[in-house]
Amino acid sequence: MPSLRDYRRRIRTDQNIGKVTNAMSLVAGAKMRRAQQAIAATRPYARKLQELLSHLGAMPADDPSQLPPLLRRRPIQRIEIVHVTPDRGLCGGLITNVNRRTGQFIVQSASPVSVVTVGRRGRDFMVRFGREVRGTFTNLGERPSVLDTLAISRLVIDDYSSGYCDAVYLSYTEFVNTAVQRPAVRQLLPVEPAPIAKTHLTGYIYEPDPTTVLNALLPRIVEMQIYAAVLENIASEQSARMVAMKSATDNANDLVRSLTLDMNKARQASITGELLDIIGGSLTFTD
Amino acid sequence: MKLEIITVERALLADEVDGLVAPGIDGELGILPHHAPLLTALKPGELRIIKDGQDTYLAVGGGFLEVLANTVTVLADSAERADEIDEARAQAAMKRAQEAIANRSADQSLESALTALRRAEVRVTVARRRRSGGGPLSMSSGTR
Repeated sequence: MPSLRDYRRRIRTDQNIGKVTNAMSLVAGAKMRRAQQAIAATRPYARKLQELLSHLGAMPADDPSQLPPLLRRRPIQRIEIVHVTPDRGLCGGLITNVNRRTGQFIVQSASPVSVVTVGRRGRDFMVRFGREVRGTFTNLGERPSVLDTLAISRLVIDDYSSGYCDAVYLSYTEFVNTAVQRPAVRQLLPVEPAPIAKTHLTGYIYEPDPTTVLNALLPRIVEMQIYAAVLENIASEQSARMVAMKSATDNANDLVRSLTLDMNKARQASITGELLDIIGGSLTFTD
Repeated sequence: MKLEIITVERALLADEVDGLVAPGIDGELGILPHHAPLLTALKPGELRIIKDGQDTYLAVGGGFLEVLANTVTVLADSAERADEIDEARAQAAMKRAQEAIANRSADQSLESALTALRRAEVRVTVARRRRSGGGPLSMSSGTR
């Protein structure tokens, strides 16, 4: 049976673990709120950009070869996937889930797939399983600016334009709410314009002309989607960590409670034992 | 006329204005109330906002401008008010860009270096305008 001192030591350890995980959970909660605000701040831009794209994309294309390269579909020989993961662990099943989702995509794809990893966890996973890694980006930090993600979009747009790959997908963890984060895969390139809302058919004056405007618009769409995915990933990571650390704290507290109970029982047992010894001893003399 | 300036990271400004002059890709363009629907690309440059007879300058790093139903929406790649610009940093960036153009390696495109230079120049000019007293009107109504 463990001694009283062993119990005390274990209780202290578990209390300290609980303090650490509790602090981590609070910090993650604060970071999650900040990331959520960052996501909300991109919404007006994203909405407007999609609106403009549906306008321009809806224009009659008399000749498919006249379409801007980023809209043009071609036979798929190679696919590139941008795999967005956190840099750090201790966030529950999030990393496993997004890695599994991308892995599944690669296995099910009919054509070879190259991976561009964003975040250390995804890079380690892809390297360990010997996937073809086209590029890696790590240490984007907790509050990346668009500038930090531009290199990623530059790489995929270049790869697509140069003919290295014929489609680009984006895999990340979608932030649904604090309790739910869902791995998601979306198509980045070729760009698929959303169907146009019928109320919005205005005859714009285009300066200098529609094609030029469209050509300038398309890379922005890709940049915006990658930036948004990076932000969603951060919000998901922090909220997953918050939940995981909260339950770790609860578990530590449960352990402390049951250990304290055991310790008290052990103490009582030893007191009772001592009493019996004393009584037994005194009885031998009174006889 | 309503003016909204939006970047990927934030909505910089939403305000009633009397007019603006924007750096269109083919040259400056002025927009007054009741302009016809227009969609244009912007290049890095100064965006002048006219309100109550006073001019305010913003540095925009390219983007798009849409006019629709007496509302002007600027989708900027980057946009900064004069008071947000660190002039020393902008000048350092300008110097770097100039050096990059002077001794660039083969794999760097001249175009991107020139854009970077232009962007830095704009930021410096806008920052200077604030100092020289042609200063900004209070933009307290802008949302950040």
